[in-house]
Amino acid sequence: MFAIVDYDTGNTRNLKKALNYLGIDNELTDDKEKILQAEAVILPGVGAFKAAMVELEKRDLVNTLKKVAANKTPILGICLGMQLLFDSSQEYGLTNGLGLITGSVEQIPDTGLKIPQMGWNQNRIIQNSPFNGVNGQFTYFVHSYYANCDRRNIISAVDYGILIPSIVQNKNVIGMQFHPEKSGDVGLELLKTFQKMVKTNDFSSN
Amino acid sequence: MLAKRIIPCLDVDDGRVKKGVNFVNLTDVGDPTEIAAEYQKQGADELVFLDITATNEHRKTMADIVESVSSQVFMPLTIGGGVHDVTDIQRLLKAGADKVAINSAAVSDPELITKGAEKFGNQCIVVAIDVKKTAGKYLVHTHGGKNATDIDAIEWAKEVVKRGAGELLITSMDKDGTKDGFDIELYQAINEVVNVPIIASGGAGKVEDFTEVFEEADVDGALAASVFHFGELSIDDVKQAVRKAGVVVR
Repeated sequence: MFAIVDYDTGNTRNLKKALNYLGIDNELTDDKEKILQAEAVILPGVGAFKAAMVELEKRDLVNTLKKVAANKTPILGICLGMQLLFDSSQEYGLTNGLGLITGSVEQIPDTGLKIPQMGWNQNRIIQNSPFNGVNGQFTYFVHSYYANCDRRNIISAVDYGILIPSIVQNKNVIGMQFHPEKSGDVGLELLKTFQKMVKTNDFSSN
Repeated sequence: MLAKRIIPCLDVDDGRVKKGVNFVNLTDVGDPTEIAAEYQKQGADELVFLDITATNEHRKTMADIVESVSSQVFMPLTIGGGVHDVTDIQRLLKAGADKVAINSAAVSDPELITKGAEKFGNQCIVVAIDVKKTAGKYLVHTHGGKNATDIDAIEWAKEVVKRGAGELLITSMDKDGTKDGFDIELYQAINEVVNVPIIASGGAGKVEDFTEVFEEADVDGALAASVFHFGELSIDDVKQAVRKAGVVVR
């Protein structure tokens, strides 16, 4: 079972609908035991970093997610959920994140483009991985902050004035800045790829 | 670089898509979910559903439609029509909408924009503005264009963005239904004063109209209804043409 972490953040149900559509057994839950026992954990998220960390903390899920990662259980963070995987964020004051990938979450610098980045942007591969299929494909983004991290953790990126990581990975911990559940067939394919990586325990590329 | 969006718009009345959509392969020509799935297949970047139902009773069915569409179709969905308060916004978002468009209620209760943006984030609050040029001035109209106001549309665009609108859906009533091209001047004027995405609506008739509104007015998306529904243009026709002109599309 894939556990979708339920912590009162926006629109987690659309992610659930996508997993249901793909026939991936899943459950929306904030139960620590279920999350620890899950085959894989998906951390969604819409909204602000600080508020999200407070909600996770309230449910004692910060330590739970750290344990999940230490147990080598695959984790997929999506949008704000991806940002939470990093060490810290500057959104509304410096806030600590889960610290599962090295880096900090910062405001997209003003290069004359509209902020938030809202719409379809084209990915390019930074390093080989099972997600190679995303190369040249458009996915759907809605965000004002981005992950400033080491290039070795960047699987793919988009250009939005600066290079913005779109898929990041540190071994069994993966993040997607875009919404795969809103990115049409390309997004569904990426969720299937993640499922396959979980089934075959293939996180060796990074 | 972000792709320019091509957006079909569907009018929904009492749970059914109203304008006859004539894709030959549909089993039920009025079923919103089936039509949405077909548009996804054709390469639409987003869908707008406008609830034109007059009664509140029927309005509840809109949330059911959103629930159903978002279980089968995986792209951004904007829902508008009859959104009066924060509860309406919440119900639609919870059902699976990504964005909610507010039109008349934004004029009668501008505080709703701020409340919605604070509670759910600017990114999901779209303000829809129906505009008609009268005596040289762009004026805001409400209630499906029936009621004229003396509000200057350019000033109103500025105001709603200040209040928290994350996107503007601007319909030119002068151009709507003419198939004569988008109102380039209107979008240029609005793009000059706001820094949020603008969706142009009204006037699409041929592929060149889309190229023109992207190139001349630099809008973020272009919306059309009948030309897509009646198969006069396909999403793919439009994308190929604008791509050829050097505009980035998906």
